[in-house]
This record gives sequence, C-alpha cells and structure tokens, in this order.
Amino acid sequence: MPRHLISIDDLDREGIERILDRAESFAEVSGREIKKVPALRGRTIVNLFYEASTRTSSSFDLAAKRLSADVVSIRSVGSSVDKGESLKDTIHTLSAYDPAAIVIRSPHVGAAQLVAGWTSAAVINAGDGKHEHPTQALLDVFTLRRRLGRLDGTKIWIVGDVLHSRVARSNILAFTRMGAHVTVCGPPTLIPRGIEALGCEATPTIERLHEADVVYVLRMQHERMHESFVPSLREYAARYQVGTGRLSPGQLLMHPGPVNRGVELSADAIDSPQALIGEQVKAGVAVRMAVLYELLVGSPMLAAVAVG
Amino acid sequence: MTHATQRLFQRQRPDAELLIRSAHVLDPRADLDEPHDILIRAGRIAELGAPDSLPAPQDGEALDASGKHAFPAFVDPHVHLRTPGQEYKEDLDTGTAAAAAGGFCAVIAMPNTSPVVDEAAIFGSLVDRARREARVPVGFLASITRNLAGDELTEMADLADAGALGFTDDGKAVVSAGMLRKALQYQRLCGGVVALHEEDPALSGEGVMHEGAVSARLGLAGIPSVSESTMVARDAALAGYEDARVHFQHLSCVESVEALAAAKAVGVRVSGEASPHHLTLTDDVVRTLDSRFKMNPPLRTEIDRRALVEGLRSGVIDCIATDHAPHARHEKEVPFEQAAMGTTGLETAFAALFTELVMSGELGLATVVQRMSAGAALYGLPTPRIAVGEMANLCLVDLDARFEVGEDGYASRSTNCCFHGRALHGRVLLTLAGGAVVFRRPMLVDQPTTRSSGAAALHSTASGRGPGPQA
Repeated sequence: MPRHLISIDDLDREGIERILDRAESFAEVSGREIKKVPALRGRTIVNLFYEASTRTSSSFDLAAKRLSADVVSIRSVGSSVDKGESLKDTIHTLSAYDPAAIVIRSPHVGAAQLVAGWTSAAVINAGDGKHEHPTQALLDVFTLRRRLGRLDGTKIWIVGDVLHSRVARSNILAFTRMGAHVTVCGPPTLIPRGIEALGCEATPTIERLHEADVVYVLRMQHERMHESFVPSLREYAARYQVGTGRLSPGQLLMHPGPVNRGVELSADAIDSPQALIGEQVKAGVAVRMAVLYELLVGSPMLAAVAVG
Repeated sequence: MTHATQRLFQRQRPDAELLIRSAHVLDPRADLDEPHDILIRAGRIAELGAPDSLPAPQDGEALDASGKHAFPAFVDPHVHLRTPGQEYKEDLDTGTAAAAAGGFCAVIAMPNTSPVVDEAAIFGSLVDRARREARVPVGFLASITRNLAGDELTEMADLADAGALGFTDDGKAVVSAGMLRKALQYQRLCGGVVALHEEDPALSGEGVMHEGAVSARLGLAGIPSVSESTMVARDAALAGYEDARVHFQHLSCVESVEALAAAKAVGVRVSGEASPHHLTLTDDVVRTLDSRFKMNPPLRTEIDRRALVEGLRSGVIDCIATDHAPHARHEKEVPFEQAAMGTTGLETAFAALFTELVMSGELGLATVVQRMSAGAALYGLPTPRIAVGEMANLCLVDLDARFEVGEDGYASRSTNCCFHGRALHGRVLLTLAGGAVVFRRPMLVDQPTTRSSGAAALHSTASGRGPGPQA
C-alpha cells in the first residue's frame, strides 16, 4: 500500500483489489447491529473539508467512527481559511493533534499532495478541484464488481460534463485499470482536449450509448462553471439526458450524486431498477473504512506499530 | 535623443585591472575560438595574446583560466527586478547580483511593478535607484498603456526622453488592436522597441498551464497555443501595416514561431525571444504539480520545444531571454492554481541551455553563446565583444563543472527556479560588466594550480571578494 491515497495512480490493480476485498469484509460489519470494530481505537482522524459535501464527508465520518477512531471534522466552506498559506498553517496546527490520517477535500488541484508534504499523517484525497476523487472511483468499482463479478471487457460510458469532473478522471483511470473499456461522451465544450491520453475514447454524440454495459452519468457542475459551456440546460437535457427511453434493457446506470433531476438524469431513470445510485452511496462507508484500514493498519510494518 | 549606452544605469565600480590567462575564448561574432590571454586595463580589453604570453598588470592580478571558457557576457532583454514596490521578491541589488552570477553584463527590466512604470517621474526615480544599487548595467522599459490597463497610452515620448529603451505591457497583452496600433504609430515620434506579451485572454481564460493531454489528466484549466499565436499573427500584421518595430516576448509554441517566420519573410521589422525554460522543458513536468513549473506563457509540448530550438538555431528567434520572474515562497507554496506565475532564470540560463541543448547535441555552443547576448542589439545597445579596445564585458565559465541548482542558495532573493535540484553543467566563475568585476564565484577550481608565474588559481584569491551568492 502507498502511504497516501492522492490519486488512483497511487494504486495498481492489485492494490485496488486489496482495498475492495477489505471493503467486502467491512460491508459485512455494516450489516451487523453493532457496526463497529476496534481497528483504529485511540487514533485520530481529521476530516478537513474546504468544499461542500454531504456524501463524502458523512461517509468518511462514519467510516472512521466504525473503525473506533477519534474524529475531528473541520469545514471551512468558502471562508478566508481557503488560502494557500493558511492551508499550510492549518495543517501545522492540526499536526499538533498527531493525527494518523488527514482526509482533505479542496477546490484546488494538488491540495492533498501539498498537504502530504507538510504532515507525517497519511493523507487521503477526498476530492481536489477537477483533478481526482479516488475514493469515489473505488466505491464505484466496488459497486460494479459486486454486480458484475469483474470489470474485464465491460464497456462503460461516462456521459456529461467531463471537463469539470474529478470523478470522471479518477473513474477513467480506475475502470481501465480494472480491464474495462471507457468511452466519454458529452458536448465538445465539456470534453477536455487531450482526454484520450487517459486511455479512453471520446465522442460528442450519444447515439451509440446502446453499446454500453454501464452508463455512468456525471453531474452537470454548474458551481464550477464561470462561463457558459452549453447554450442552454434545456438543449443539453434534450441531447444528453439519460432517461429510461435512452437506456437499453440490462444496462446499469450510475451517478456520483447529487443528481440534478431533469438535467442529466430523468426522474424515471433515477428510480429505475437499473440504477445503482443507492448502492454506490452504501458502498461509500465500507470502501472508505477499507482505505483507512489499509493505509493505517494494512501494511505489516504499520500493523506492528498499531498493535504495539 | 539620448544615446543608447546612456540608457543603461548601474552603480559605480572600480575599473578592472586583470589578466585572464589561457582562457578558451569563444566569441562567434569575432570568429574567436581558441585559447588566449586577455589583459584588462582600466576596464577595457587592452590586449589579447597567445596563452601564457602576457604579463600581469602592475596593480592587478592574474587568474589562471586554463581549461575554462571566456564568452562575451550575456545580455538579458527580459527580467523582472520587482522594483519599485515588490522588493520582498527582488530588488535592483539582488536581481542584478543574480544577473552577475549568471554571466550577464546587462539586463532590461520590465515595467509591471507596483506602481507600474508608466510616468517619467517614476522612471526617473527608478533610474536614480539603479545608479545606487544595480551591480550590472540595467535598462528599463516603460509600459505601453497606463497602469497596464490597456485603454490609455502612456506619455511615450516623455518616457523615451527619460531613458526608456522601449515599451511593453509585459504580463498582459495589449488586447485592443486599436490601442496597439496607436502605440505603433506613436513609435515614429518616440522611437524605442514595442515589446509584446502575446495572449488572447478570451482564449487563455482561467488557464494555468498548457492545454493538452497533461491538463486533461490533471483537471487544470488550459491555455491553448492559439491564445499566443493568433495574437502574434495579428500584431505582426499591424507592425507591417504601420512599418513599426515590434519584438515578441517569450514565445512558447510552434504556431508562434511560424507566424514570426512568416512576418520576417515579408520584411516586417519583427524579432522574437525564447526563454531557457521553454527551450528545455515541456508540460510533462507539470504532472508533479510543482508550482515552480507554473509560468506564463506555460511550458508546452515537445513539438513546441523543438520548434523553439530550431527557431533559435535558424535565427527566426533572435535571442534568449530569461523572463526572470522572482516570487516569494508564500506565493508559490500553495496549490498550483493559486500559485503566482513565473520562474527565476538569470542564474541558471547558460547552464540549463548548455546542459540540455549543447551537451545533448541539439544546438552548437557558439549558437547558444551568440543568442545569449543577441538581445542587446535588438534594443539598440552595444553587443559585448571580446576584442582589443572594447569595454570588458565577458564571463568565464567552467563547462565541466557540475552542480545541483540551488545547492548553494541563490543570489536572487527568491528561490522559485524551475531548474531547482537539477544537475547542470557549465558554471559561471567570473563576470565582468561595464569594465568591472561584478561577480566572482568563491571556491571555484577543483585543484589548485602550481603555476609559478604569479597567476593565482581562481579559488585561492576568491574568498571575500565580490558578491558571492547569498544563502
């Protein structure tokens, strides 16, 4: 295991599978009445969120608590703390608590990597700007692996606003690493030039969507757009919205949430039995438990320290 | 109008009395490429002789420079000395100390300071400070538009009379073609080069690096090549129409080189510069998210880099310019998107080019040496030459010396060098500028020489002399 989880590039296929296998056993814990194991008792985990988050922050919170860690959660959305120098100061301050891990979400690419250089704690990237969101990708692979057994040869289409999506970047890397074929599809203004270098195909038209085994729809990121990338949401929805009419039988539907109902997904699709959206959320806790465990306990050397 | 040499400003320094013994003199313009003794008297090159043929001056010293190279000192037409107003990044003393340490005998400073150098009064006070603080001669450009705002011309004629070598809104493009056209028309009255930072803000948007596969991977907003090249093409057309003299600053992409070549081919009076970082690095290094690699224009692809090198070789690109852009630590130790744009470059320019381009066989040493001082003539300044009667403007370089960039700190006040930590060859040992010794590297020579004729090995006499690099 790497010391930090900043990018999917930190993990090879074996590393991903190890985390997913571990997550399977934690998913079993989550099914018990007492959903707690003592793995991280006495250790401190800091959740530092510089950006709004419901799913990710709550599931990291729960994951740490179910591993019996002491959790400090700090949110400073849109505050003046969100400046580089004070990020460094904040990390130095928090380091005084001697945390075992710092989970950080930031609107800025590379923030988690910088933090890793300033602390002796393990750093987990919970989203850095438009760069990466590796635990989302891991929980998506986990969800698909549970449903399909394996991803080898699976055709996955990622549809929508790829330009502003860290989920897309981490997922392209994770899906292809697990043997899937990825196609990204969206308006040309929202597909970054050069995206094929990540190992996917890119297309502006949704006509061949029926070829997909899995349709992964991205959230339209209004909040990251400082200019108009599509002429109108109405036209966008007409061209790219995934509804039950566009879905073929047997295709699986995923979305990282939160959904803009009626924009990238129709209401009937969200509620259809093909949708795995609820399972994705549920997988979040188990996968994040597994990430914390593997980074902090999993390696034999660290395990010895933990026991001692 | 003031004579060009009177538009360089520096503090007084004693004229050198010095014999440089047995240096390999390479001055491509003088067709010199062999070992010589160089005798410097009263700051001028008094004699060039066969190796070990000249006596040391009476009141001076002799340096054994066998195995070392002597080049005409370099001239950098594009540096940011951050004075006035941003002295926490750099000032005239530290910036010119960096220049001296890099082998430069003159630099031209950009006006995007705080306040902007857009009035003769500000220009005058800057000149006064340079006369007190600058270790090597400094020339200054004034801004084209007031406060770099792009909507009102500065008093260009007054600024030219005050000593401005030319005009630039560097850091920003002159977005309005109409505004630039007026400046080019006004050039007929006031002279001076109009130097342009080319970037269409509508295309570069919020970009922080080159737009391409690497920006797609990192999720960073990209600055497309066409943001620069469309403006080069536009402004070359304007220069042709007004028969103006225009210099394109820090070219970064193949399309810009092509646009410059096309304009030159039809006789437009245009010139161009490229920086050591654009000539040696590509956007691939940005994968590290190290903010030292964040600059504007951004590092581009290998195709672009090769086009710049070829442009420099063929002469389409006239000269090398470092775009030395110091920033304080706190402005760089932040996430990439928030970091200030720019890299320092004066202290590493020659070594980076020598290591990455000459040693790799991409460019000849003579070409690099020639292009390192070719910026002078573009601004009407005298070109340094190693010839009898010339003012001593030369540098002594050990091409074999390998060093790690930053290992001894920097002479610059800032440490944001994109070559930091890299192993480079080609160390500047000694710089003479305007007839004075302005830099001498302490602890230079690997082994003491045993020469008996009164020549001191460089290392043995170096301690305590000259401005060494500060920690």
